[in-house]
Amino acid sequence: MWFLRINMSDRTHQFTEVPEKYKYFAGRALTSNLIADEVPPPAHPLGPNNKLVFSPGFMTGTSAPTSSRISVGGKSPLTGGIKESNAGTPWAWKIARMRIKALIVEGQPEDKGAFWGVVIGWDKEAEQPTLEWFDATEYAGQNAYDIYPKVYEKFEGRRISVCSIGLASEHAYGNAGVIFEDMSQRPSRYAGRGGLGSVMGSKGLKFILLDDSGAPGVEIVDKDLFDEGRKKMVAALQEHAITKPKGGLNTYGTAVLINILNEAGGLPTRNFASGRFEDAAKIAGEAIFEGNKKRLGKELYNHACSPGCIIRCSNTWHREDKTEHVSCVEYESDWAFGANLEINDLDVIAELIKLCNGYGLDTIETGVTLGVAMEAGVLPFGDGEAAIKMVHQMGKGEPMGRILGSGTGMAGKVLGVTRVPAVKGQGMPAYEPRAVKGIGITYATSTMGADHTAGYTIAPEILGVSAQLDPLSPEGKAALSRAFQATTAFIDSSGHCLFIAFAILDIESGFEGLIEEANGVLGTSWTADDVVNFGTEVLKVERKFNEAAGFSKEEDRIPEFMHTEPLPPHNVVFEIDDETLDKVYGEI
Amino acid sequence: MNITVKLFASLGQYSPEGESAKPFTFDIEQGDSLKSLVRTLNIPEEDIRIKFVNGRTQDWDYRLQHDDEVGFFPPIGGG
Ligand code: SF4
Repeated sequence: MWFLRINMSDRTHQFTEVPEKYKYFAGRALTSNLIADEVPPPAHPLGPNNKLVFSPGFMTGTSAPTSSRISVGGKSPLTGGIKESNAGTPWAWKIARMRIKALIVEGQPEDKGAFWGVVIGWDKEAEQPTLEWFDATEYAGQNAYDIYPKVYEKFEGRRISVCSIGLASEHAYGNAGVIFEDMSQRPSRYAGRGGLGSVMGSKGLKFILLDDSGAPGVEIVDKDLFDEGRKKMVAALQEHAITKPKGGLNTYGTAVLINILNEAGGLPTRNFASGRFEDAAKIAGEAIFEGNKKRLGKELYNHACSPGCIIRCSNTWHREDKTEHVSCVEYESDWAFGANLEINDLDVIAELIKLCNGYGLDTIETGVTLGVAMEAGVLPFGDGEAAIKMVHQMGKGEPMGRILGSGTGMAGKVLGVTRVPAVKGQGMPAYEPRAVKGIGITYATSTMGADHTAGYTIAPEILGVSAQLDPLSPEGKAALSRAFQATTAFIDSSGHCLFIAFAILDIESGFEGLIEEANGVLGTSWTADDVVNFGTEVLKVERKFNEAAGFSKEEDRIPEFMHTEPLPPHNVVFEIDDETLDKVYGEI
Repeated sequence: MNITVKLFASLGQYSPEGESAKPFTFDIEQGDSLKSLVRTLNIPEEDIRIKFVNGRTQDWDYRLQHDDEVGFFPPIGGG
């Protein structure tokens, strides 16, 4: 196993052995520990002292199902705190198979405006990875959909996988994701949240390409135990109605959540002014499935974003003329541009997603920021054409586009808006805290800023997975959020996609499988308690970094308007007091 | 007594509207429960995971009232 350090100050690199301390870390646990150990907390996120760390999970690169995730970590230009954002992509699978446990990008070149790319390969004889540089300045200033084919062409004959930044990162936006290829070489899989693309851009690094030909694959200490665990995981995923073939996710994609959140009165609408969108059904996962069926004349089930995924939730939306418009219309993106902006047209939503993918923008942050701009009267609610123009302004770096590119919290300040749905500067995802209390607690207290994946209490609060809790009740939700945040930190380190959680929360043997897989790969003997403790330790490290970076518990708060403005249809406010919020980490 | 019913995702196959999410009005007897409603609609109980009435989740024995808005979901997830 290797650590690869790429120094952008002098364009040198170094492969080193993995230090003992980090042997049992991977994914988020490793990115967060490395950032905490090596980045001074007060460092400017776009300065030479910040670092960008990539790490595949424990199971990434193995035959464990749905485990090709890559974690990207750094100090966030959006929140000013620690950040981990992960994506499913063939790139994750390849870096793991080259036995690179962490790739650490550090330093900063003096010449601004020059961009570089690296190709990481495998030297079979020396049995170690290799690295070559190339000048990537010619690819700057362009749309990702234009440059990806050029890059594949440049390295024709080599089976490369692409990770890159887009224009948004060249503009140093707080809203700029790290882009990864999907299985069909689309620039569509994002470590989207928190502006980590701009950290990569600030270092003058445009591409990290991987060619894993000849790579040995992941070392597994106890193959039998691993296989036992893997089989349990496969069985759970194939049995559960949400994750099985032609099940909920494979048929309708993640946007199947639009209708249920709308029914629950928790689908944020018109910049978080209401919990119901009257045209929800027109943009829901069911409408995507039926729309494709009508246009293509046949049923279309979803595909895998990355090697080895058996859930396969990634969809594609097709135009009237049957050509592909975009992949993927995720629930979050669909909501951010749909209900949140009162846009009820899937073709417009698809176009907005495509623009974000092309420009390197995070769809959630973009949609939430546009909602705030609509609130400010910069453009009207419901106006798809104006929204499309505005995203072009963001991509091109025009003045208003730059304001919006800075993210929800910052744009709200500049535009003088009081209803700004953000925590720690990061725009809120597609669940209303007033109508779903547990997720509100996660938004408020997560080390990541408003992040639904950090502690997805939606599973028991809305979806009836693992339990059926009343979303409107605050009862027991602080403890629930804490438990979910800890387990999530482990799943984010495992390399598995978080969507395995639906199956393993309901099917006990699936959860056992997860632990056995990890013990098989690492040779450990972790128990269920160890998994939670592992996650808790990750959270503590992140929390400590944030405190040293200047965060206090006053930042663990839900915006004021949610405490005072009752949300229709249930006419409820977020009534959870500060003391309860402080207990989430106070009692960790 | 009339109620409105919506069947979502794969439950759309049981809808008289022939599609999911489209509301239809349904005439029921005073005192009917959610359980008797799904029997009348011929939906296998085990296909339903979440039962909403007026935006709140309810149990099978919930007694329906005039003008109630009912929404049924199969097991679904996303994120
Ligand atoms: S479940 Fe969906 S998001 Fe997760 S790895 Fe599979 S295709 Fe990708």
